[in-house]
Amino acid sequence: MLQEWVIVAASFAYLGVLFAIAYYGDRRAAAGRSIIANPYIYALSLAVYCTTWTFYGSVGRAASSGVGFLPVYLGPTLMVPLWWYVMRKILRISKAYRITSIADFVASRYGKSQVLGGLVTVIAVLGVIPYISLQLKAISGSFTILRHYPEVVMPGKALAQPFLQDSALYIAMMLAAFTILFGTRHLDATERHEGLVAAIAFESVVKLLAFLVVGAFVTFGVYRGFGDVFRLAERTPDLRALLTVPSTSGSYVTWAFLTLLSMLSIMFLPRQFQITVVENVDEDHLGKAIWLFPLYLLLINVFVLPVAIGGLSLLAGAGVDADTFVLTLPIAQQKEALTLFAFIGGLSAGTGMVIVETIALSTMVCNDLVMPVLLRMKSLRLNAWPDVSGLLLSIRRLAIGAILLLGYAYFRIAGDAYALVAIGLISFAAVAQFAPAILGGIYWRGGTRSGAIAGLSAGFVVWGYTLLLPSFAKSGWLPSRFLTDGLFGLALLRPQELFGLTGMDEIPHSLFWSMLANIGLYVGVSVASRPGVAETSQAALFVDVFERTHAFDRSRFWRGSASVQDLLPLTGRFLGPERAREAFLAYARRRGCSSLDTLPADADLVHFAETQLAGAIGGASARVLVASVVQEEPVGIDEVMDILDEASQVRAYSRELEQKSRELETATAELRAANAQLQELDRMKDEFMSSVTHELRTPLTSIRAFSEILREDPRTNLADRARFLAIIVKETERLTRLINQLLDMAKIESGSAEWHTSELDVQEAIQDSVDATSQLFRDSGVELTVSLEAAPRVRADRDRLVQVIMNLLSNAVKFCPRGGRVEVRLAPAPDGVRVDVQDSGPGISPADHEIIFEKFRQVSDTLTGKPRGTGLGLPISRRIVEHFGGRLWVESEPGHGATFSFVLPLDAGARAAGESPAHAVARKGVGR
Amino acid sequence: MSRSGTTGPRLVAIFLMGGALLNYPILFLFARPGELAGIPLLYAYVFAVWILLIGLMAAVIERPRG
Repeated sequence: MLQEWVIVAASFAYLGVLFAIAYYGDRRAAAGRSIIANPYIYALSLAVYCTTWTFYGSVGRAASSGVGFLPVYLGPTLMVPLWWYVMRKILRISKAYRITSIADFVASRYGKSQVLGGLVTVIAVLGVIPYISLQLKAISGSFTILRHYPEVVMPGKALAQPFLQDSALYIAMMLAAFTILFGTRHLDATERHEGLVAAIAFESVVKLLAFLVVGAFVTFGVYRGFGDVFRLAERTPDLRALLTVPSTSGSYVTWAFLTLLSMLSIMFLPRQFQITVVENVDEDHLGKAIWLFPLYLLLINVFVLPVAIGGLSLLAGAGVDADTFVLTLPIAQQKEALTLFAFIGGLSAGTGMVIVETIALSTMVCNDLVMPVLLRMKSLRLNAWPDVSGLLLSIRRLAIGAILLLGYAYFRIAGDAYALVAIGLISFAAVAQFAPAILGGIYWRGGTRSGAIAGLSAGFVVWGYTLLLPSFAKSGWLPSRFLTDGLFGLALLRPQELFGLTGMDEIPHSLFWSMLANIGLYVGVSVASRPGVAETSQAALFVDVFERTHAFDRSRFWRGSASVQDLLPLTGRFLGPERAREAFLAYARRRGCSSLDTLPADADLVHFAETQLAGAIGGASARVLVASVVQEEPVGIDEVMDILDEASQVRAYSRELEQKSRELETATAELRAANAQLQELDRMKDEFMSSVTHELRTPLTSIRAFSEILREDPRTNLADRARFLAIIVKETERLTRLINQLLDMAKIESGSAEWHTSELDVQEAIQDSVDATSQLFRDSGVELTVSLEAAPRVRADRDRLVQVIMNLLSNAVKFCPRGGRVEVRLAPAPDGVRVDVQDSGPGISPADHEIIFEKFRQVSDTLTGKPRGTGLGLPISRRIVEHFGGRLWVESEPGHGATFSFVLPLDAGARAAGESPAHAVARKGVGR
Repeated sequence: MSRSGTTGPRLVAIFLMGGALLNYPILFLFARPGELAGIPLLYAYVFAVWILLIGLMAAVIERPRG
């Protein structure tokens, strides 16, 4: 038996813990050691999305529509990845301009419009207060159920308690006290409440744990796991339908619309905006929240269906409302502690929502409804008050009290009426109306104030007509003919089948029409109207927030004269003189001024003061106030457009400049590389000179040595003389050959070689070369085989080609041992003709495959260790082949001979002929 | 948020994938009798996609920088 005092004590103990946490959080924040400055607390506090409507209501919806409860949580899961762009932008804007509520955001974007701020506030209040009532009702209901433990009694049957015994009243009063205490402790220019956020994060943990424990108990305690529960549902005809999507045509439409609706709600519900944007400590926390928050949603939904199935099969017969299964199942199983924990979980879900929602609404009501009116009341002489901050706090506190009172009153009036029960999604649909004005406002510069007002109003009216009024009719507060026959008896105006649109559920139906009207008018009126000066500049500041946060950009839209003597007292009146003075001094230091007197009273100062004020009383009122103490010169719309154009031009120039500097860097790098190459060439030239002289000296030395022998020793016999003379002749020939090749090489390299290009048959060229070298082969005892396939004719210089082939052949002979074999092959290649010269010599090691094509870099003979030849033949051959657009290479393995191959392309001659003269001149020019 | 510029596009891709997998007509393919490890097919599918989305988002956000 749960005594009533136990329940009350537990509730108070829980609220006491909440107070303690909030108090501790505030203390730590004041000491500069925030406990909420981490992404985990941020993600947990976002879970204020899950109210009693989730805690109790998900099971209720699952019991009636099966999968129908899921889109409300899948929508946010789909939305959060887009926050990387969307929410980051909203966060950046809000932090830059001290925006403290969703109404303030919309008002600021559209030229700091008081009308828009008021309109958004009205929509939010009307849409959300019933939702607060729903939380009070759920808490009160759960309390009533708990009091009858161990019987399962429905709160409706226990019937309304007398006013003073109603637990909901006391809960509302407690929550008002909590919210006032931690939500309006002082006027913070950023409207952040650290203690409160800590408490909300704690509540999120409690409600999740409570739901998981109840769910696990039902699934694993009452039944034997998920399989058991689902088999039970499968066997029961009434429950089987819950396991799949209803086969009616509209259910997928409903699914998609509910997903979309919750995608918008997760951003634009006032409590979500408060937690996500206003209470955000650090933009970086968004990253982790992007996956932690959906994880939270997943966890809190895992057991929804098992609990629904369990409740339906165990309790449905007893007339128990499915919305109470989370509580009544533990009661029916006689689990006292579990029941109490479930109740605390529901309490945490309800209180968390009420607290944050109330704070958010009270800020809006104060800044966007009450203050604008008070500032207009000249008789109040608000301008003469020395300190208005106390008044502001009082208004906030009164607003909190009033909102909770209204919520409680609506709960008492509506009771079990449909209008209250269905408010969850109706509330979502109301705040979804903010989406076009906000999303359009941050991405589309063309959205105007008139457009936003028209769109919001139209969306709101359609929402009221298609959702709110029908819910009144279903509650019996309006004649039911309104639903069945339409307004004035016009069938076309049936609120839930507007213009004859049938086959859609009420939420998709209303969302469709209201969004059509909202977006249509927002866009239509925006493009049709001419925006004013303030709207144009604000639009630019919002849309380009990532480029335009620089003070220079912001303050250029303002011109006039101001003085610190005017602005400081004004700010002081709203923030408190001390805090204002501190803020101004800090600002002066940032600008490098030692005192307030030296602070230049320029546009930037005005902007600073206005932002400070905006944090306290909202952007629209701050604008009015600042305008009242400074002399402003009107800035024309053309001028604003000029500034915007100029700014974008400056950005374009700077991009161009960056481009140019990048190009310059590339050019520098290229020059550096060219320089390095030149140095390398210089080094190579020196090397070349020393090798040339070395090559020339060797034969010269030998010629001179033998000549001297002949001169100095006249008695040398004839045979020796003949031998020495033969050596001298041979060495002279070698010298001549070397010099010829050197000249040849130099000509080819400088481009001054003469080329006599003509169409020729490679077969003939090979045959001529073979004939010319046949004596060489005979002398060396090397066998030469020739296999020539028919190949297309190519354009080339015949003599040069013969030179190449002869060079390859003589090389092959040179390296072949006596009795070796050399084979010449000609074959058509895919894009020309290919010639191979294969020998059976010692082969070339892979490391030397490229070296042999360098000048004078012949590989030493493995047998004698002496180089043979001049070391220029292969480099010249390669250059000749390359001149015709072909390539020359070697394939060889040591011990298996070598194959030198070259390919000549078919159009080689054309290229060589076309290129040759101009190229030669160019190269000559460089050479000089 | 000095992560490389690929995080945003990847998150958008996750959104697009989730939007496609959790709506008609792909959802329709799983809205039929049947079960997967004792869980009705539709629920198993939706929760599997849900877990997949969260896992991908975590992988994209938490991948080591640089």
